[in-house]
Amino acid sequence: MSELGVGICDLTLSFGDQLRLDIPSLNLDPTRSTMILGPNGAGKSLLLRVMHGLSQPDTGTVNFPDHYQDPARQAMVFQRPVLLRRTALANISFALKVRGRSSQDAWRRAMTWMMRAELDHLANVPARRLSGGEQQRLCMARALALEPKILFLDEPCASLDPNATVAVEALVQDAIDLGVKVIMVTHDPAQAQRLGSEIVLMHQGRIATKQSKLDFFTTPQNDLVGSFLAGKPLLSHIKESR
Amino acid sequence: MQNFAESFWSSLTLIVTGDSELWSIVILSLQVSLTAVVLAAVIGVPTGALLAVGKFRGRQAITIFVNSLMGLPPVVVGLCVYLILSSSGPLGVLDLLYTPTAMIIAQTILIAPIIAALSRETILAVHEEYQDQFTSLCLSNWQRLKALLWEARFSLLTALLAGFGRAIAEVGAVMIVGGNINHLTRVMTTSIALETSKGNLSLALALGTILVLIAILVNAAVAMVGMRRHEAMHV
Repeated sequence: MSELGVGICDLTLSFGDQLRLDIPSLNLDPTRSTMILGPNGAGKSLLLRVMHGLSQPDTGTVNFPDHYQDPARQAMVFQRPVLLRRTALANISFALKVRGRSSQDAWRRAMTWMMRAELDHLANVPARRLSGGEQQRLCMARALALEPKILFLDEPCASLDPNATVAVEALVQDAIDLGVKVIMVTHDPAQAQRLGSEIVLMHQGRIATKQSKLDFFTTPQNDLVGSFLAGKPLLSHIKESR
Repeated sequence: MQNFAESFWSSLTLIVTGDSELWSIVILSLQVSLTAVVLAAVIGVPTGALLAVGKFRGRQAITIFVNSLMGLPPVVVGLCVYLILSSSGPLGVLDLLYTPTAMIIAQTILIAPIIAALSRETILAVHEEYQDQFTSLCLSNWQRLKALLWEARFSLLTALLAGFGRAIAEVGAVMIVGGNINHLTRVMTTSIALETSKGNLSLALALGTILVLIAILVNAAVAMVGMRRHEAMHV
């Protein structure tokens, strides 16, 4: 097991004859937040799913530091909020109870996180009646209530308005401040700049670059990064690199 | 033969005055069909859940088989149950033929596949929706199954009501295995068939009216469950 960070080795995943992930090696800092950027179809979400154990790779391994290895120390928030047909509070307490908390403790912790997400006034409202932004904050609160060591975020702000995005980003920042290792997929370079410490750019299932935030935005490692930041199509770069 | 108007008013009189023969038939019908629904639910819902989320060889083949059983002809079920329960059949020693128990068995066999198939569809849809989230939350198989059943509760109730509707309206199988014996195995549908053939349209119409009312009540219950589900899901 890796003691240094989250390590990926010889990872491949194909759907039919299409190679969707091809990552010979990638090491992520164990404590600093990682933003995974890239255009649609780059394999960002798929990589996140593989890292969290939701999809199995054809080859290769994902290694975590010892204290991150247990799936119960990990949590994930999806692009579309996934909420049970229960009240907002019950959604969090359910997650805590299945992780072994007593009903009373689960309720208390759930209420604490409802307050931190500024959703306490909606505690007894059916979760699916909340707005999109509130639902995503509830998903963030549920994930953080589990006290994960590592938090996977798959474009949690993809369908949110700017205000809701700010609220979700505040919770992501809370997680980072609490020392949770955050690995987040986003399309938005500005968001990556606000929340990330290291940036991974993916394209067509491969890692195009991994740099610190400062280097990524000031001294791009290659033309691909420059093109991505400039909003140019990236297809030609891959053709050239082949 | 009475004319229709006379028969209709006579039938209403039977219902309103609480005719003991009529209501004993109605109560037996409800006892048989409700018991069959409970038994079919005990068999059908876990079967549906297993087919929806289980991973084992032959699952697809079993699913096709269960779906095919939804269209089982009631008289064929009645015949098979008759052969099994008759004195020369494998379960003849139990002496169940021409008893309400035999009718419950026949109705259970008829509606269990319906409940299983509808449960499978329902639970599969919910499972696909929550699969990743439940995996992420590290739910055990048992926790996952309980959560899926709870999340699918309204749709499952609709499946049970659909099964009850099929059971209470069934005539062929219960006629064969029950024998339509007065005060013992005579239910609404078999009584209607008998009384119509005898020309006693009053009792037949009274039973028919109650049967239609039950069908309306079941449909109203399904609609209410649907509204409740919509409220809960808010989608």
